[in-house]
Amino acid sequence: MATIPVLIVEPEVQSTRTFRHVLNVIVRDPLSLVSTIVIVLFILIAVFAPLVAPSPAEGAGKTNVSHRMLAPSLEHPFGADRLGRDILSRVIVGARSALIVPIGVVLFAILIGTPLGAIAGFKGGWVDEVIMRVTDLFLAFPSLLLAMAITAALGRGLQNAAIALVISWWPWYTRLVRGVTIGLRERYFVEAAQATGVRDSVIILRHILPNTISPVMVQATVDLGTVILAMGSLGFLGLGTQPPSPDWGLMVAEGRDFILNQWWISVFPGLAIFVVVLAFNLLGDTLRDIFDPRQYR
Amino acid sequence: MSRKLEYILRRLLTSLFVLFGVSIITFLLARVVPSDAAVLYIGPKARADEIARVRHQLGLDRPLPVQYVMYMNDLMHGDLGTSIGTKRPVLQEILDRAPATLELLFTGMLMAVLIGIPLGVLSARWQGKPLDIGVRTVSIIGVSMPAFFLGMVLQILFFRNLGWLPLAGRVSNDLRFTHPIETITHFFVLDALLTRNWFALKDVLLHIILPALTLAAYPIGLIARMTRAAMLEVLEQDYIRTARAYGIRDVIVTYLYALKNAISPTLTVVGLTIAFALTGTFFVEVIYTWPGLGEFTVRALLNIDYPAIMGITLLGATAYVFINLVVDILQAWIDPRISLK
Repeated sequence: MATIPVLIVEPEVQSTRTFRHVLNVIVRDPLSLVSTIVIVLFILIAVFAPLVAPSPAEGAGKTNVSHRMLAPSLEHPFGADRLGRDILSRVIVGARSALIVPIGVVLFAILIGTPLGAIAGFKGGWVDEVIMRVTDLFLAFPSLLLAMAITAALGRGLQNAAIALVISWWPWYTRLVRGVTIGLRERYFVEAAQATGVRDSVIILRHILPNTISPVMVQATVDLGTVILAMGSLGFLGLGTQPPSPDWGLMVAEGRDFILNQWWISVFPGLAIFVVVLAFNLLGDTLRDIFDPRQYR
Repeated sequence: MSRKLEYILRRLLTSLFVLFGVSIITFLLARVVPSDAAVLYIGPKARADEIARVRHQLGLDRPLPVQYVMYMNDLMHGDLGTSIGTKRPVLQEILDRAPATLELLFTGMLMAVLIGIPLGVLSARWQGKPLDIGVRTVSIIGVSMPAFFLGMVLQILFFRNLGWLPLAGRVSNDLRFTHPIETITHFFVLDALLTRNWFALKDVLLHIILPALTLAAYPIGLIARMTRAAMLEVLEQDYIRTARAYGIRDVIVTYLYALKNAISPTLTVVGLTIAFALTGTFFVEVIYTWPGLGEFTVRALLNIDYPAIMGITLLGATAYVFINLVVDILQAWIDPRISLK
């Protein structure tokens, strides 16, 4: 069935306009603005962790037995853990594995999933069939369960946990981008390029992929919250970051036996996960409102 | 009718194909295990000849495709292998623990549906009002809170600070001496009801509230959001305006006409969240020392007990595929337009 394209907009023009529009909406909506600030702040803290942390050495794992289980105070705003390490420092240093690594995971998932989706959607036929059936297989597993099993198979550790999460998350982008590409294939600018004999690979690179950026960005923002939760879950089970290195999920697990009295050991790293995920979810909702107003209002 | 049947058959076939693929991925996963599986079975002090013997016994010295056929053959006979950790059949381990996990899962999902759908409906009905803002806040908090963290917060609040609910476990320690539960269904709530063991029923209910609520938090958020969005879309339709114009009472329009048409997208989310909650129960069980599949799974993951990992993964994926199938069929039944696609 042929669709009648209503708007013919140059891709570049459209994307700059959307970008400015997005910024405008975010700045005007207090919740989105606060979420964006929180996210940027946490990323900066993670990047400059050794400079920001009150005690970078304790953050990385050096013990300080005389400070064992200290309650929150001015000197240790988040208290100290079982081995006397300053929890604020550990939350700050732990932001690297809990926040930066998930961002990398989503980027890799996009790098793998997006081109596959574009190829499947553009080529159609057996190429589409093969790519999508493989995608379906991975989507048949609950993502977190698959990531848990892969991490266990590869061996515990932050790096393997990250690899496992990439393997579990790329298919979502393939499915999304394929849908967008099928819509784009019938637009005039793609048909025009085809009619003038532009090669398929060039069409995909120049005309298809740039137009998938907005939906992929929206998906990535929402996904980041989920992947941070998943990374926290792997850390909590002991499959991710290994002690003495810090990680929010792992720290929550370390404080489990003490929650009734030394509650601060678990509560502060847990709060960190909650706040960051909440910020990504709020921002994701706003972005989705802009690009897909019908789904959520 | 025949078109509907054709759609259902087609979905059944796709699901079978997907399950076949799932078994291959699960099988390959176990073969990625870096350590020698035979060594895992015997222990680190294994002698070379012992390792060779066990390798042969497990079929690890055969080509991969042959190993896969052996694996599938065992699978078809209900043999999921033997757990390295407990030296018992994996299927037995799973069956022994499944009732506790399922009871928690069902209770949590029941809670999620009973709380999530009304919240979503009310939120849409009072769009933009304080009630709507409150519901949206609760739902976004629900989907942002890690279950393992929420569980601890609830323990601190309801056990330590208020003292209203027990800390962990499925029943009180002394219950089996004072009011033992006769097991019929292995679902303690049902068993206590059936045997009219009211004392045990109260104990069991008190123990299940916090774990079920922890498990339900994420689904409540998702279901409330989706119900709200679907309701808002339906409330804008011409036939709703017509109904209002005829002077039909607001209550009937909202809760009868609109809700009926908003239920289909809600159903999809409910199905999705059940599948999601299955993994979620593992974490909730660890927090509340609930004697289900969770603790077994975590131990298997940490000790590379690969037959157990394969069994659980396969089970999780099968449940996921099955739930998706049921949701699709239910939807085709509710909404005839779907099977026409």
